[in-house]
Amino acid sequence: MAMNNVGRPTAPGSTPDASAHTSLTGGRGLLQDEPLLFELGGWDKTGVDFDAPAHDASDLGDLVRTAPIGIPGLSEPETLRHYVRLSQKNHAIDLALYPLGSCTMKHNPRLNEKMARVAGFADLHPLQPISTTQGALELMDRLAHWLKTLTGMPAVALTPKAGAHGELCGLLCIKAAHEAAGQGHRRRVLVPTSAHGTNPATAAFVGYSVEEIAQTADGRVDLADLEAKLGPDVAAIMVTNPNTCGLFERDVIEIARVAHAGGAYFYCDGANFNAIVGRVRPGDLGVDAMHINLHKTFSTPHGGGGPGAGPVVLSEALAPFAPAPWLVHGAGGLELVEEARDEAAQTFGRMCAFQGQMGMFVRAYAYMRSHGSDGLRQVAEDAVLNANYIKAVLSAEMTPAFPEGPCMHEALFDDHWLEGTGVTTLDFAKAMIDEGFHPMTMYFPLVVHGAMLIEPTETESKRELDRFCDALLALARAAKAGDVERFTGAPYLAPLGRLDETLAARKPKLTWRPEHASTLAAE
Amino acid sequence: MRYLPLTPDDRAQMLGVIGAPDIDALFADVPVAARKKDLFDLPKRAGELEVERELGQLAAMNRPAGAGPFFCGAGAYRHHVPASVDHLIQRSEFLTSYTPYQPEIAQGTLQVLFEFQTQVAALTGMDVANASMYDGSTATAEAVMMSQRVTRREKAILSGGLHPHYAAVTQTIAHAEGMEIVRQKAAIDAEADVIAAIDSSVACVVVQTPNVFGVVTDVTRIAEAAHAAGALLIVVTTEAVSFGLLKSPGEMGADIAVAEGQSIGNALNYGGPYVGLFACREKLVRQMPGRLCGETVDAQGRRGYVLTLSTREQHIRREKATSNICTNSGLCALAFTIHLSLLGEVGLRQMAALNHSRARELVAALSGVCEVLTPRFFNEIAVRVANASAVVEALLQDGIVAGVPYSRLAPEAGLDDVLLLAVTETTTSEDIAALSAALKGRLG
Repeated sequence: MAMNNVGRPTAPGSTPDASAHTSLTGGRGLLQDEPLLFELGGWDKTGVDFDAPAHDASDLGDLVRTAPIGIPGLSEPETLRHYVRLSQKNHAIDLALYPLGSCTMKHNPRLNEKMARVAGFADLHPLQPISTTQGALELMDRLAHWLKTLTGMPAVALTPKAGAHGELCGLLCIKAAHEAAGQGHRRRVLVPTSAHGTNPATAAFVGYSVEEIAQTADGRVDLADLEAKLGPDVAAIMVTNPNTCGLFERDVIEIARVAHAGGAYFYCDGANFNAIVGRVRPGDLGVDAMHINLHKTFSTPHGGGGPGAGPVVLSEALAPFAPAPWLVHGAGGLELVEEARDEAAQTFGRMCAFQGQMGMFVRAYAYMRSHGSDGLRQVAEDAVLNANYIKAVLSAEMTPAFPEGPCMHEALFDDHWLEGTGVTTLDFAKAMIDEGFHPMTMYFPLVVHGAMLIEPTETESKRELDRFCDALLALARAAKAGDVERFTGAPYLAPLGRLDETLAARKPKLTWRPEHASTLAAE
Repeated sequence: MRYLPLTPDDRAQMLGVIGAPDIDALFADVPVAARKKDLFDLPKRAGELEVERELGQLAAMNRPAGAGPFFCGAGAYRHHVPASVDHLIQRSEFLTSYTPYQPEIAQGTLQVLFEFQTQVAALTGMDVANASMYDGSTATAEAVMMSQRVTRREKAILSGGLHPHYAAVTQTIAHAEGMEIVRQKAAIDAEADVIAAIDSSVACVVVQTPNVFGVVTDVTRIAEAAHAAGALLIVVTTEAVSFGLLKSPGEMGADIAVAEGQSIGNALNYGGPYVGLFACREKLVRQMPGRLCGETVDAQGRRGYVLTLSTREQHIRREKATSNICTNSGLCALAFTIHLSLLGEVGLRQMAALNHSRARELVAALSGVCEVLTPRFFNEIAVRVANASAVVEALLQDGIVAGVPYSRLAPEAGLDDVLLLAVTETTTSEDIAALSAALKGRLG
């Protein structure tokens, strides 16, 4: 055995079985339990130093808050420890392939983060004089140009703050257009059964009734059913393309044609634009409105649940109804129009304060410029290639929901292959955690039994794809071999085991309260 | 291309495994008419250096708020954010993770959300808070729609002190959902005017404090009037630092408190992304919009957190969902929570006191220069100057960004002589002296 210069061995000797080992303090090596901020005891502590104010608040009399607020503070080193320890309990794209179908968990380039933090963008107030923000408006204008060119659409509303917010914006444009044309009686929206939940939710939100369009055996919109349900009271169809089964709607041009013939608009859910960017323009398919999740196709970070951004591209027919503010080229440069100034604009209103998710615009534009027209086309191709590769490899043990023909950017499996094993889709997904991967999207779309929707994205190497496929194939074989406990008790190796969601919903504890600590101790 | 790991060999090998002759075969379902053979008319790929150069040039065309004396507020405020906040939110595990639907491997995000909810409830003086909204304006619209679900009434009264963008967003969204929105005429100190409009058909009244003109209002009487008529009181705050000095919405009888949380932890970002705060009384929690994080236990009885009550949400509930929000503003909420953890009650109170003190200094400096219209203020005031837009343009020549003309927010309101001026702990005495001198010079 090698020895270092003080005589200690440099390689481990024989050790007992490590898997049964527990620590004396409850942690697991570097992975420590971390109390809540409120249990760390900093009720009279702060990690920020301020000068003393020159004036008091005597002018405010009894408007001043005298009762305790109840917010503890920490010094800077304690703050770093607390949040770094918490961060280590999260899975992340930077750790491994994150196969959430429909969510497009791709690499988030750090150049984007750097540029969004440049003072010329980050330290700009939304209401400072327009003449002092020409560069920001120019960036928005360039982003708009790229979005319009890539989608083949003539207009874009930049302000929606997320995908669902974009859907709402698109449907409000459609509603306003119908009302302006004396078609306000159109109150029905047709949505395929495989749609994202946000589609029917948004339609219902603007006061429309929702009717489902049937799906064909090969996972597409049933054109005959659509035609049968169209009528003089239909305001719009909402179709995702590529759809949530990961398939391109082959009849999409015909779908648009019959919708238009029936006087309805075609809203396209652009959540899956990543599959076709640079190769197909939604404008060529007859789309009237489509939101683009900048946090999916254009790589802005998901951030543990937002912020996103959901600009909406619009056809000529819908463009006049776009929300305020919008950009115009004026005599003195770019301007923001806050209220309709002429007859041509029939804006339906406003989606949010100010002008949208500028921080996300900078990131998305940096990403587009980095890829360019050639790189973005390669994005779609590699995303589709990776998904088809996974579909081909995993088909050795798992059953694809639509085995015939290629898929687009995501591969959909059903749970047929788990029949009789005693393992469910959920169990299988939780066992993936023990192998170091985030579960795929489960039980969605609703049209496939026990659905497992896998979207690798284009930013995975073949090596990582193989590592992922090897893990899933090994798990699949274990399930079929009767190693049921590996699944039903999973995860074993995560920071926590399965959580009791029923308990959480039955008696919601949504905030920490001082009495909380004692009840926990009593339990 | 630096973001694409596949090599030409990989691609060829993978096509072989798939059994496809070429990449076009995988796009066979696309109608021939829609297949683009050529590259789009856009620039080709660019290296990091080149992209950085182009964006740097665009950024250089802007004047950052920190470049000189700066007095813009009106819903977005320039505060100092400690360096560790931005460092922490760029941790890969926070930045590059998804919504925490798999709680076993998302306890970091979930515990932060639980801390965030607790902080927001404490700040606003309410019982419960959600895991954030897009921003203050959309939170306001959602609060109005929530009042409809709670009261089963259709009418909302918006006070004349509500930020015009907030009012417009509420009008757009709540109206789409079928509500009647009554916007009172813009008025500097008239929050109590909403009392006269309250009757038994009203679902809610929406009052902002400090309002868009900077006026601080004790809304207790409004709360009493609303409750007597069976309506809810929604209190809006656009400057979250004010919670460190002013009586909270909860103490004054609010049923729902919404706020823009940008001031804590988040940069100005030219208007977004920001973080909406949403808090309410416990009994209303099941009508609340947005994501909620709740405490529970895992299979071994260990404490943990999950997203809960999701049967209200659209990805589950589809057309029966209670709100339009799906994504929240996770990373901005994280920044908020970290900054507030650094501040603590002690630091927040000091920060708020310093902001208020600066505003007192501003008011004193403007004495004899122009009329101050705001009788009770936190860190923002309205002043009267003829043609406020022209004054702002003129002072720009002096290197000063002299606030927000009210007409920028509401061009048709007829308040062209109202200028909104905000100060924070980042404003220096020299900045205030420069503004005062320049205004004096320009106004003659």
